[in-house]
Amino acid sequence: MTPAGPEPLVSVEDLRVEFHTDAGVVKAVDGVSWSISPGETLGIVGESGSGKSVSAMALMGLIQQPPGKVTGKILFRGRDLLVASEDELRSLRGRDVSMIFQDPLTALNPVYKVGHQVAEVIQAHEKIGRIPARKRAVDLLVEVGIPNARIRADEYPHQFSGGMRQRAMIAMALALDPALLLADEPTTALDVTVQAQIMSLLSKLQEERGTAIVLITHDLGVVAGHADRVLVMYAGKVAEAAGADALFHAPRHPYTLGLLTSLARLDRRRTERLRPIPGQPPSLIRVPPGCPFHPRCPFATDICSKEMPPLTGGAAHIAACHHQDRVAEARAAAIEV
Amino acid sequence: MALLEVTDLVKHFPVTRGIIMRHQIGTVKAVDGVSFSVDRGETLALVGESGCGKSTTARAVLRLIEPTSGSVRFEGEELTEASTERLRELRREMQIVFQDPYASLNPRMPVRTILTEPFKIHGLDPGDRVAELLSLVGLAPEHQGRYPHEFSGGQRQRVGIARAIALDPKLVVCDEPVSALDVSIQAQVLNLLEDIQDRLGLAYLFIAHDLSVVRHIADRVAVMYLGAIVEEAATDDLFEAPSHPYTQALISAVPVPDPRKERQRTPILLAGDVPSPLDPPSGCRFRTRCPKFALDLSPDERQRCIDEPPALIDRGTGHPAACHYAETVAVL
Repeated sequence: MTPAGPEPLVSVEDLRVEFHTDAGVVKAVDGVSWSISPGETLGIVGESGSGKSVSAMALMGLIQQPPGKVTGKILFRGRDLLVASEDELRSLRGRDVSMIFQDPLTALNPVYKVGHQVAEVIQAHEKIGRIPARKRAVDLLVEVGIPNARIRADEYPHQFSGGMRQRAMIAMALALDPALLLADEPTTALDVTVQAQIMSLLSKLQEERGTAIVLITHDLGVVAGHADRVLVMYAGKVAEAAGADALFHAPRHPYTLGLLTSLARLDRRRTERLRPIPGQPPSLIRVPPGCPFHPRCPFATDICSKEMPPLTGGAAHIAACHHQDRVAEARAAAIEV
Repeated sequence: MALLEVTDLVKHFPVTRGIIMRHQIGTVKAVDGVSFSVDRGETLALVGESGCGKSTTARAVLRLIEPTSGSVRFEGEELTEASTERLRELRREMQIVFQDPYASLNPRMPVRTILTEPFKIHGLDPGDRVAELLSLVGLAPEHQGRYPHEFSGGQRQRVGIARAIALDPKLVVCDEPVSALDVSIQAQVLNLLEDIQDRLGLAYLFIAHDLSVVRHIADRVAVMYLGAIVEEAATDDLFEAPSHPYTQALISAVPVPDPRKERQRTPILLAGDVPSPLDPPSGCRFRTRCPKFALDLSPDERQRCIDEPPALIDRGTGHPAACHYAETVAVL
C-alpha cells in the first residue's frame, strides 16, 4: 500500500521468506508489501504463524541464510537492505532501525549491568568515552521512567521487574534516535496496567522524536489504540490493509471480520455467543490452494479454492478477497457500529 | 446453601535462608484472607494481575496446595479438614482445567488413556464415555488413539476440558483456560465452556487476567490485588460502575478494539509496580499506587488509608469494595 503524503521511510516490496526444512518448504512470508512514513505507526496483526514477526526479523537482517531464504526488496531511505553488506547492516541496526522484543529478559544480557548494556549501544556506533556514554545511558533510563536511574543502572536485568526491563529495552532501542522502531509484541508479556504505562511511554517518545513504529501484535485492542494504519496477515500473506478506522469499522476481508466478531468485548454487555472463526490456521507447509483462508471462510465459493485473489481496492484500503462486497454488506447488516 | 463457600482463606509461603542452619527470613503473603462463594451453575471470575494470588487461591480451594488457614466448604463439607481419602472422593465433584494443556496432559498417553484415567482412579467403568466426551467437546471419536502433540493448542485444551468433565463434576476451576490460545481459537473454547455449563449445569471458578473474556463469561467478578479481594460485583455492575480505584485503573487500561472509542479514552496510569507480597504496605495495600490517595485525599484522609485496612463492604455504591473512599467512576 502506498500512503499519500511524504516519501516513505521504509518500503517493503514483495518480501518472501522461506525456510527449507525436512518436511518441505515453509513460506513464512509470501509476497508481502508495505511502507511506512516518518512518525507513523503501522500495526501488523495476525495469529501465531502468520509471518508477522518473521517480516520484522528480515528487515533487521536477522534471518539466517541458509536455512532461510529472503527475496524481494526492503528499501530504507531508498537503499535496498537485502543487498547491503553485513558491515552496512551493522552500522544501520541500532542507529537507524532498532527493535524491541516480547520478552525483555531473554533480549537483555543477564551477566551485564543494565546501564552498561545501554551505554554499549552508544559506544558501538559513536566515538565516545566510557564515562560520557554512561552518563547518556543514565539520562536515557531517566527518560523512559526508571526511578533512581543512577542506582538502577548498576543493577542486573533480573533485579528489574517486567515493566522496568521493557523500559530498559526501550532505552537501548531509542539510544541513538533511530528513524524506525520495530516493536514485536512489546507488551504481550506484561500486565495490563503495565502495558498501559509502556504504550503511553512509546507514544510520548514517538511524538517527541518523530520515530516511525511498526507495531507487531496479536492484540487488536492495542492496535486500535495506537496504529494509524493496520496490515492484517494470514498464512504469510497480506489479507487486508487499511487505515485503522476503516479496518475496524468497515473490514473487507472475511478473516478481519471474523477476528472482530470472535472477540469478547470489554465495552459491551454480553448479548449473544461469540462467533468464532471455525477451524484453525493452516500449516505453512501445506497452505490450501487458492485463497489460504477459504476452508474457514463463510463467504467462500468455488473460485476461492482455485484462484488466489489479488490485493485490490484503492490506495487507502486493500483486501485480498473475491467477495469483498459481500463481506462489507454482511458487516454493515449484522453489527451495530 | 452455596456450592462452594470460602471464608478467610490464607496461604503464606515461608521464605528461608541457609542450608544446614535453615531459618525463616520472611513470609510471602500470597493469599491473605479471601472470602467468596460460588452457587450451583454459576460462573465466578477471579481477576487480577500476575502475583495477585488468584491462581494460588484456586489451588488452595482444591487443596492442591495446603491452605495456611481459613475454611473451604463444598456442599457444606469442610475441605480443609477432610482426610486424603475423603478428599479423593470429593475431587470427583471438583475438577480443574489448566492454562497450558501441553504441560497438563501426559505426552506419553493417547487421549483414550488420558480420558479413562479419571474413571480408573475412582473405580468406575468408562463404558462408551470416552467417545461421548470427545464429541461433547467437539473432537472426533477417531481421535482417541492420538497423542497430545498431534493436536493443535485449541484441541489440546478441548482434551483438558473433556478430562475435567469426565466424572460429571459440580465445580470446575478454570485457571486461565484460554490465555495461551490465538484469538480465533479463544472464542471456540469459550463457547464450548458455555455449552458444557448449559448442558451439565456445573459451576465455574474462572481465573483470568483478561477482562474482556471475563465480561463475556462471568456472572459475578471478584478483583484481587496483592492477595486480597478489593471489589466484588455482578459482572455488568463491575464494568459499568467500578468503585475501587484499582478496578477503575484496571478497566481503563484495557484497550478496546475500536479506534474511535480508543481516541476518547485515557487510561488511568498507575505509578510504579506492585509492591512485594513479602512486605505489603500497611493499611490499604493499594495506597502506594492509588491515584486517589496521591491526588484527591486530604492528609487526614490519607492517614486512614495508612492505618486502617479497608473492609470489603458496600459503602453505598451497590456492591462491596475495599476502599474507605469508594465511589463509582465510569471508565469505559
